[in-house]
Amino acid sequence: MVKELINYLAEPVYSFTAVTAFFVYTIKKPEVVGSKKFGLYSLIAILVIFAWMLADPVFFSVISLPDNIPIIILNAGVLGTWWYAIHKGVENDKRIAAGEGPIEGTPENREKVWAWPNLVYTELFAGIACTVFLIVWAIFFKAPLEEPANPTWAPNPAKAPWYFLGLQEMLVYFDPWMAGVVLPGIIVVGLIAIPFIDTNPKGNGYYTFAERKFAIAGFMYGWVVLWIFLIQIGTFLRGPNWTFYGPFEFWDLHKAVAENNVNLAEYFWIKGLGMGLPKNIFIREIAGILLMGVYMVLAPIWLTKKWGQKYLQSLGTIRYYLLMFLVLGMALLPIKMYLRWFFTLKYIIAMPEFELNL
Amino acid sequence: MSEEVKTSLNRREFFSFLAVGWITFGAAVTGLLSFVFRFLYPNVVFEPAMDFVAGFPDEYPEGVDERWKNGFGVWIYKKDGKFVALSNICTHLGCIPTWLPAESKFKCPCHGSGYYPNGINFEGPAPRPLERYKVSLNPEGKIIVDKTKVFRYEKGEWGYDGAYIDV
Repeated sequence: MVKELINYLAEPVYSFTAVTAFFVYTIKKPEVVGSKKFGLYSLIAILVIFAWMLADPVFFSVISLPDNIPIIILNAGVLGTWWYAIHKGVENDKRIAAGEGPIEGTPENREKVWAWPNLVYTELFAGIACTVFLIVWAIFFKAPLEEPANPTWAPNPAKAPWYFLGLQEMLVYFDPWMAGVVLPGIIVVGLIAIPFIDTNPKGNGYYTFAERKFAIAGFMYGWVVLWIFLIQIGTFLRGPNWTFYGPFEFWDLHKAVAENNVNLAEYFWIKGLGMGLPKNIFIREIAGILLMGVYMVLAPIWLTKKWGQKYLQSLGTIRYYLLMFLVLGMALLPIKMYLRWFFTLKYIIAMPEFELNL
Repeated sequence: MSEEVKTSLNRREFFSFLAVGWITFGAAVTGLLSFVFRFLYPNVVFEPAMDFVAGFPDEYPEGVDERWKNGFGVWIYKKDGKFVALSNICTHLGCIPTWLPAESKFKCPCHGSGYYPNGINFEGPAPRPLERYKVSLNPEGKIIVDKTKVFRYEKGEWGYDGAYIDV
């Protein structure tokens, strides 16, 4: 009964919404999420629920795959450091609000040490510990030896390495050219561009939350929700045929899912205007092209008068539009996911003739 | 007195030496790069032939037939007197879909694209239908599937000669 409810709520449309909502709550109320009480209680709750879930044979069979164990470690690491950063940031924010300055700036914390030997020794031991860990890992979890590759057969489900499963989940909503090349390219370029866009010296060398709200929220949404959480979906909730399966649901090959995806052009011309699709592909896709033009070009210009005004002033024109491009590009992913879930929309712009779809 | 020993090149000689040197260097580098380029291609390719004889049309039942899928990557689909050869490569990212007879659809294991038995995409992210290979009849009346020629639906090629045969 409870398990069925969890299976139902794990469906991406609910679980993604819930994670996004919790993320927004964290940004709005960091002092609640960052408190020691909240951290302790949620740690206990997570451990108890996880132990209870492990007792389920189906869940255990998925979670104990050698490929999936790194993700458990990743989850613990990301959640732990994310909470710790909020906790320290909130503590400092209180001190800064009281006019005391961050805790890292107090005289007893300003002591300086030499890189050699303090840092180099630490790095050396961290390196040795990592090597030992990897060797032990390699001994206990052997790499699978499978039959020779066959170009006319694929395993079902065919899954990417665990760290790319978020990308594979992203590909469900996009064309391979977009989700495989353009969006990862924008992610890499965006990460490289951060020092250029973000010249704000606040937060250098000390934890803070209130002083860097937009930067932290923007980055962490892309990292924790759009990357880490999609890895969870791709790993634990996608079974044969990349169909959704709840955490306690047996991976039945014949789970029937009714789905019929429709392009925006078909909504616009056939359902909206009650006529056939035009022959010319640019006229056919005009609704999607206009929509994307408004979203990527007019929206940043319009935002300069509203929410973006202070960023335009502090960043300058080039940095502002670069930032807007990156933020809007990132927001395309959740937008496209919701469009798919609610309207079974396949592509906003669909030009398979040019291998170009969005 | 012996002839005057030349100690330096004049301008014309210098440039001709320079030209010879650069041409030699360029030729050597090009030669080496051509080896590297050649190295990118395998010596032996264990790939099935691009065309094959698929027997008589009446050997096939109505609907999807998987007998050539593992060897050649081709599904035979026969329906209402039309006979087509479908590629088994998903048009989304090139995985190999599975034929699910119970659901009567092809379903890709990578991102969940789904296709009707005739190859039209209807679910998941696949942007276009499965490609069709050229089919023809040889003088004996057997079917020849030629994978070098593909017909794409979105380009309106499924009605072309060779995209199907009437049986």
